[in-house]
Amino acid sequence: MVEEAGIPTLCMTSALDITQSVKAPRAVFVNFPLGHQTGRPNDPAIQRQIVRDALRAFETIGTPGEIVQLPYVWDPNDRTWETRDYTKGWMPERPSREAADLAEAERAARYAK
Amino acid sequence: MPVAYIPRTRELYSDFTPYRWVVNTTVPWTPLRKPIAQSKIALMSSGGIMYRDQPRFHREDASYRRIPKDAAREDLSVWHFGYPTADAEKDPNCVFPLERMRELEAEHVIGELSDPAFSFMGGVYSARKIRDELAPQIVDELKRAHVDAFYLVPA
Repeated sequence: MVEEAGIPTLCMTSALDITQSVKAPRAVFVNFPLGHQTGRPNDPAIQRQIVRDALRAFETIGTPGEIVQLPYVWDPNDRTWETRDYTKGWMPERPSREAADLAEAERAARYAK
Repeated sequence: MPVAYIPRTRELYSDFTPYRWVVNTTVPWTPLRKPIAQSKIALMSSGGIMYRDQPRFHREDASYRRIPKDAAREDLSVWHFGYPTADAEKDPNCVFPLERMRELEAEHVIGELSDPAFSFMGGVYSARKIRDELAPQIVDELKRAHVDAFYLVPA
């Protein structure tokens, strides 16, 4: 819909099969675990490199539906996340509703002026 | 090896009615008009980012949050049902690279980072809600801001 409104889009992905199925106009694949699409926490150098590489694909992708695969490796010594992630028991327990309400009330109080 | 998320989703949510994947046969396409170094670029993350006292996301929530482009990291928080958020809570740039985009703007790698940036909670089962409720509002936002390109980062 955004493309139809005349705005070029680029979508990053860590789920190659889903992106192939939905056919994003331009996509950039990084094989990192969910929640880390632009890199590890507190590692601005790698985050920056990934974002830069991704944005470059705006200019290099010339075919609708093309997916650029960036060569970043999450952990060359441990690929077990690839078999473990997104399987039953993988997702940590979510905070309770009470805990979430409390956190939200604290945020509201902190910014109330 | 890329994770095969479609079969894993089927397995992970096997207690539910099978998800009907969106299968598109055509690809919409608008060519980039200017190099990115001259383009105004909008950032959106599906990682469930909130600014200051913005409310968290509920289940099947297709609303979005406007995040000021100069937002400090301490003023961002995360709420999402579909991925482990611990690292994004430590550093939202894992899924919402706002600070990195600001740096790239300062270095003239991109022309301009559009203000505000956007986030929603991508763990929404209903593709219809995303298409009919969220997408039209985002299109309006992007048109009003006269952006040249739109950069989406999932979680």
